[in-house]
Amino acid sequence: MAAPLTVVLIVAATIRAILFRSSLAELISERVEVVSPLNAWKRVVEGLALLDLGVSPYSGDVFHETPLIIYLFHFLVDYAEIVFMIADGITAVALYFAVQIYNKNVFRKQKYALEADRYPHDCLELMRSPKEMYYIPLKVAMFYLLNPFTILSCVAKSTCGLNNAVLALFILCTIKGSALLSAIFLALATYQSIYPLTLFAPALLFLLQRLYIPVNLCRTSFWLFTLQYAVMYLGSLCVIVCLSFFLLGSWDFMPSVYGFILSVPDLTPNIGLFWYFFAEMFEHFRLFFICVFQINVFFYTIPLSIKLKEHPVFLTFIQMAIIAIFKSYPTVGDIALYMAFLPVWSHLYRFLRNIFLVWCVLLACSALFPVLWHLWIYAGSANSNFYYAISLLFNVGQILLVSDYFYAYLRREHHLSNGLYLKRKDGTEATLVLK
Amino acid sequence: MQWQVTDVPMNTDNGDINSEEYTPIPKDQFQEELVIKPLHSGDIYASFQFRTIWDTDFSHGKKGMSHYRLFPKSLGQVISKFSVRELHISFTQGFWRTMQWGQPFIPAPPGAELWVWFQDSVTDIDSTWKELTNVLSGIFCASLNFIDSTNTVQPSASFKPLGLGNVTDHRFLRYATLPREIVCTENLTPWKKLLPCGSKAGLAVLLKSEKLFHSSYHSEAVHIRTVCKDWQCKSPAWELRQSLNVVFDLYTSGQGKKEWSLFKMFSRTLTEACPVASSSKVYVDVTDNPQGELFDLSPATTLYSQAVVLGDRRTYSVYDLTKPETFGTMRSLNPLLRWKADAGDMLRPLLHGERYVAGFGLQTGEIHTLIYNNHPYRAFPVLLLDTVPWYLRLYIHTLKVISKTRDNKPSYIHYQPSKDRVSSHLLEMLIQLPPHSVTEVTVQFERALLKWTEYTPDPNHGFYVGSSVISALVPSIVAMDTNNTQERPLFSSFFPCKEESSYFMRVYTEPLLVNLPTPDFSMPYNVICLTCTVVAVGYGSFYNLVTRTFQVEEPSPGLARRLANVIRRIRGVPPL
Repeated sequence: MAAPLTVVLIVAATIRAILFRSSLAELISERVEVVSPLNAWKRVVEGLALLDLGVSPYSGDVFHETPLIIYLFHFLVDYAEIVFMIADGITAVALYFAVQIYNKNVFRKQKYALEADRYPHDCLELMRSPKEMYYIPLKVAMFYLLNPFTILSCVAKSTCGLNNAVLALFILCTIKGSALLSAIFLALATYQSIYPLTLFAPALLFLLQRLYIPVNLCRTSFWLFTLQYAVMYLGSLCVIVCLSFFLLGSWDFMPSVYGFILSVPDLTPNIGLFWYFFAEMFEHFRLFFICVFQINVFFYTIPLSIKLKEHPVFLTFIQMAIIAIFKSYPTVGDIALYMAFLPVWSHLYRFLRNIFLVWCVLLACSALFPVLWHLWIYAGSANSNFYYAISLLFNVGQILLVSDYFYAYLRREHHLSNGLYLKRKDGTEATLVLK
Repeated sequence: MQWQVTDVPMNTDNGDINSEEYTPIPKDQFQEELVIKPLHSGDIYASFQFRTIWDTDFSHGKKGMSHYRLFPKSLGQVISKFSVRELHISFTQGFWRTMQWGQPFIPAPPGAELWVWFQDSVTDIDSTWKELTNVLSGIFCASLNFIDSTNTVQPSASFKPLGLGNVTDHRFLRYATLPREIVCTENLTPWKKLLPCGSKAGLAVLLKSEKLFHSSYHSEAVHIRTVCKDWQCKSPAWELRQSLNVVFDLYTSGQGKKEWSLFKMFSRTLTEACPVASSSKVYVDVTDNPQGELFDLSPATTLYSQAVVLGDRRTYSVYDLTKPETFGTMRSLNPLLRWKADAGDMLRPLLHGERYVAGFGLQTGEIHTLIYNNHPYRAFPVLLLDTVPWYLRLYIHTLKVISKTRDNKPSYIHYQPSKDRVSSHLLEMLIQLPPHSVTEVTVQFERALLKWTEYTPDPNHGFYVGSSVISALVPSIVAMDTNNTQERPLFSSFFPCKEESSYFMRVYTEPLLVNLPTPDFSMPYNVICLTCTVVAVGYGSFYNLVTRTFQVEEPSPGLARRLANVIRRIRGVPPL
């Protein structure tokens, strides 16, 4: 298994190296779909230049990276290309091993359930075979490394690649069952962009499940472990934030990084929902809608955790997708991370309702983004509404994709407990509906 | 021919020798003068300067500042209320073309410019500045109330006080420009009201707005500063200098005839000096015409004056309005100049700046500033000040300074990055200009998308970016006059001169007009509805999947059967 992964890594590195050397690199690094004000490489360089001039990078409104990123690139600015390639490699390898362990667990559980004869007899079709599962980790690595979105993001040197690496390591550590490392990486991811905060719930559920602690609010063992994990998480977050304070000697980065993420002052167009909405917003409703839109990102965590408490890895996937869709400055790099998980759910394919349409929408939108951007910004023959319409459609496509997978997952679970070929009372073939 | 050598005027000579016989000069003093300079391009440059010296007691604070003779009360109250040390304000319509017209006596950028040094005693400078701009806005009928934190900066080196006192702490300085400000009659009228004679007598009778605004360039300014009261400089006095510079294009409006007179320019002639003026003079630049072969000036005057101004020794014909013989038998003065031959080429100004925006599209761009050093063998340093509004996000790491195809690293850079909707970028740097060279300063910027309410009316016209300011001590060809206490013509004594070998000069570049991407202003409701719909689609589909469960669909009974069942239930019979 290691050989194909190495080949994929080499191919991915070659593609990136070629693109870094080509004239496309500069073009890609200016694309608003690929870089946002939060993670553009140009702004990292600007922050370093400001430091060199003796000006605090947070005194202006150009630099919004965290102090650890400045510190990292203070030493590595000349090797940035390699850093981003390695980050992508780490993400892919971490996801590869995480999915491998996860699949082993899934298969083991399935075996026990089969031996205990827990599945209805017509569900044999839904059983997963080792042969089919064998290539899934490799596919995940390939989906991440060779996804054009990841490649663009890496060539643009968007720091989103680093955040993805941290998240992938967090997933790996969680699945391996290391609570401390999982908490540390989650704290690091939260420190970088706040939103991964919602991944606390799936990680906790997974670790509880792994320790055979039932999710029961009346049990002390549940609260004990939750408290333990929360303390590890908050403790490492506190350490990282204080470390940043000592690196720069001021708290300026708090409003400049987190205030910037939450209050959305920069309305540069991107693939998300925020920019045009808040450019066109009536002034006295702005605060209200900012609150609504930000709460929206965090809102789904609790209901989803309750619904999916037996399936924390799938919950992680859904949460990452929700973050990528509804965050304030999304880029294609965020999308690439949750899309890497799609091969893991390949067994849901038979229950997906409109996957063909959704993929057509996503592909068409990805192609139309640069076209309409050119028409608006350079040719002057279109206006902002064109680009806005495409970003809207792209988000609808993503929402449909994720909810479709969610639907298919729930449906498979339903079939696994109730049988695949359901009959009505009168013996005719039944159709399933959500009620 | 009588030479009045202004370098050694008679009256100060007396004061120097017999200091015991020194008589105290009148408390307040008013001087007026007009300089007319035929330009090589065929245009006429007329520069008015009015100086009021206000001899007031500084030590008694506000009490001592309550008596006004010649000094306008409105400005006096501004000085005392806001503890102003120095105030400079200018309103300019049109752009001064240095390459065709040479240097102006008092430079000013297009639009409005205001810079103020406050006293050390002011604690909350920002709120004082805000109040001051609002008061000045009322006094001058201008949109100075649009000056807020987004267009105010504190330059660290470019704007030093021009009066007494050596302040270096730039916390007390505020500088703002409004490049979009349009100057017109409503600004001229309050400006004229500040003069002791108004527009009733003296040189100010020439200031008729229908002529002044029919010109290529018009700039009016007010400068308030402290100066020495006397040659010993024992005590200071306030100086109010009002200047009005105007360039007429008489060549094209005069059907190609190169000929001008006061009447042609201002449709007025001079009949008297302002009665309270201690000196009232009209200077005509005749340096290029020593033998009278280029043009004829009539009435001929016997009084000449030499002055060193802007690094050059110039000769002027002087008409002294305080002497009755100036007005002749007609009882009016209307100097007339008729060109006989073509003027030769102008000497290129030693320092010159240009600026433009490069790049295409509405995403990014590049500001290019070209600074010309036309001195054949001397290199000198210049201070470049750039103020760029926050919606053009400057990337300082792209700053490049290139002279003669080589990298020319600035020896001093003061950069203050912008805060969105709060403050603008301030970039100030000291660049050494090699002799006879063009230095190109480039910096890249990114255009921001603003909120729809932040765009100015007519947003597709573009946004103005104020002029860059280039300040320099330019090496002088002739020895400069460093003795500030001597009587000198007003036009040569505005910028204080500290050394003989160089003179101070300020050059303003063109303001920039930059387009920004715009949202569609007509559809806030649509956008709010559509985006909310998409969010609702996301919310709705998750809500559905979370709250509902899968159930086998049972066929719903038909309408007839349901009705029958209702009836059967009433009858108490089991349903079908």
